[in-house]
Amino acid sequence: MEVEHLWGILFISLHAMVPITLAAIGETIEEAAGLFNIGLEGILLLSALTGALGAEMSGSATVGLLAGLSTGALIGGLFGFISTYWRGSQLISGVGINLFAFGFVAFMLINLGAPGFHSVPRDVQVKMISLGVGSLSPLVFVTVGLAIAVYWMLRRTQLGIRIRSVGENPAAADVAGINVNALRLATALAAGAFAGLAGAYLSVDWLGAVTKELTAGRGFIALATVVFSGLNPLLALFGGFVFGFFDGFATWVSTYPKIKDVIPWQFVAMAPYIVTLLVVAGAIGRVRFPAALGVPYRRE
Amino acid sequence: MTAKAILIKRLHPIIESVLAGVIGLMIGAVIMLAYGYNPVAAYVSLFQGSFGSFYSWAESLANATPLILTALTFAVAMRGGLFNIGAEGQLYIGALAAVAVSLIHLPSPIHIVMALFAAMLAGMVWSLPVALLKLTRGVHEVISTIMFNWIAYFLALYVIAHVLTDPIRGEKTISIVETSRLARILPGTTLNYGLIIAIIAAVVVLFVLWRTTVGFELRVSGHNPVAARYAGISQRRQILTVLLIGGATAGLAGAVQVMGRPPTYAVLSGLPQLINLGFDGIGVAMIGRNHPIGIIVAAIFFGGLMAGGRIMQFSPGVPLELVRVIEGVIILTLAVPELRNLLGSFWRRFAKKKVHDGS
Repeated sequence: MEVEHLWGILFISLHAMVPITLAAIGETIEEAAGLFNIGLEGILLLSALTGALGAEMSGSATVGLLAGLSTGALIGGLFGFISTYWRGSQLISGVGINLFAFGFVAFMLINLGAPGFHSVPRDVQVKMISLGVGSLSPLVFVTVGLAIAVYWMLRRTQLGIRIRSVGENPAAADVAGINVNALRLATALAAGAFAGLAGAYLSVDWLGAVTKELTAGRGFIALATVVFSGLNPLLALFGGFVFGFFDGFATWVSTYPKIKDVIPWQFVAMAPYIVTLLVVAGAIGRVRFPAALGVPYRRE
Repeated sequence: MTAKAILIKRLHPIIESVLAGVIGLMIGAVIMLAYGYNPVAAYVSLFQGSFGSFYSWAESLANATPLILTALTFAVAMRGGLFNIGAEGQLYIGALAAVAVSLIHLPSPIHIVMALFAAMLAGMVWSLPVALLKLTRGVHEVISTIMFNWIAYFLALYVIAHVLTDPIRGEKTISIVETSRLARILPGTTLNYGLIIAIIAAVVVLFVLWRTTVGFELRVSGHNPVAARYAGISQRRQILTVLLIGGATAGLAGAVQVMGRPPTYAVLSGLPQLINLGFDGIGVAMIGRNHPIGIIVAAIFFGGLMAGGRIMQFSPGVPLELVRVIEGVIILTLAVPELRNLLGSFWRRFAKKKVHDGS
């Protein structure tokens, strides 16, 4: 195999890593605080749409990314409200977000006059950084930076300790003077913003389009990555890269007729999901989650 | 507690579901207004298309049929304390199994029964790894079922293209043979005897959950896992039972959808007649409060929205997808258990303010 191919696979994997890792880092913050949002998939899809619309209306990719980020924060905040102050079910509201997102994005695609597919013009997409052997999206570097920052925040700062105490023992945190619901809501907002940025990256940067199937389970793969990482953002970076590799691998293989003849494309397309299952099955047992994960806090 | 108080308490879930439905339709109307559609015209067309005539009732019931079965998958799991969102994948596999039975020749009633059993078995087999991953490795069912849904999707595409392929039309499977088709209840509509199968399944689930020891243990471990452990109920067996029952009903959903829906009686590439039925079933189960009777009512409501949605799409031209937006809002509303109280306190505050303003 030639060297350019290796670079190609590396770059595809890095680009495929970004949405999974970004969403996983955000979810790590909120799971550390005791919230579990299975609506990530829906947030990715909704913010991919608003990100694309934001970029097209303003003519700027940055505005598009910010539009996606704010959409994510908004939906994350709604989820946060339901699961803290309103003491609602986190799983059920997550399902609600997903169904709403699938319906709304499909509805909007028809309104935009393009049932099923809306492509984002090249000049409003994020500009790639040329590295000689190929070009990378700046979001790859942003993702690595954010993973390190969140790792540091959760382990080394007072805010991180507060977040984790709210996830472990909300009653004790409450007695210590921490506003449990407010802090949880804040982490849900942050998690939504991360997923929103990831969604906008899908449409304004990496894939350059909005479709009904754009997210293809990446929100759930991000959830699996959080499980695999044991709430460690640096491992989420690695996990995202592994899933990204198999995701990119499927795209890469589909351009090689020789491989296509041996393995049908449908089986190659299954690879990221099978790998996710295997990795998660292997990871559990050594991973410990916050004691109060998924439980609404109610003052006794 | 007085008889009246008990009655009111029993009505609460129904009130909540109706309230959520109303809020869903209201937000749907707001979205229509925002995008320049006429919500009144849309809802008139929607409800005429769903429950306005004999024919539309039949179409609504036909749409409700698979939803009853996939909703049972979710509801049984929820009653046992699991969040099983794997009906989607299990129904694809069930549909393919029902098609595969058409490869053999059998006389009519036996052929139908064989196909239904094959579909149930296939659905159960597809949900087995989810149970095993949970029991042996502690993998959360939300993650494993979603991954198996995607694997099932691509497997189905492969089977359509390479295994059960129609020799004349490569984009679909072979058609179900005449002896294995479910007859129509009403000629000229798509309503078929699958509806009876779905209702029987709901009644069986009702009986098993509320009239047998297995069902009692299942509900106890779902409602209060700690109490169940003290009572010596095996949590592990509940996980297996719940997922296998769910696999069977989801498999049936796939089967009735290919054996009873004209004109092709086959699985088409891209799975147009199967896709999203599993996810819509989750919504139906929640609106029906995870109770078989509630599910039948909720499935008819939602089947009606789908049937009417198709009419609404032609005139006044509101996209069918709006129906799923409404469904999402309904679920989000139902996620808030204290909504009734919240609205009540808003109302009291509002009423108080009015009194003050008046004085």
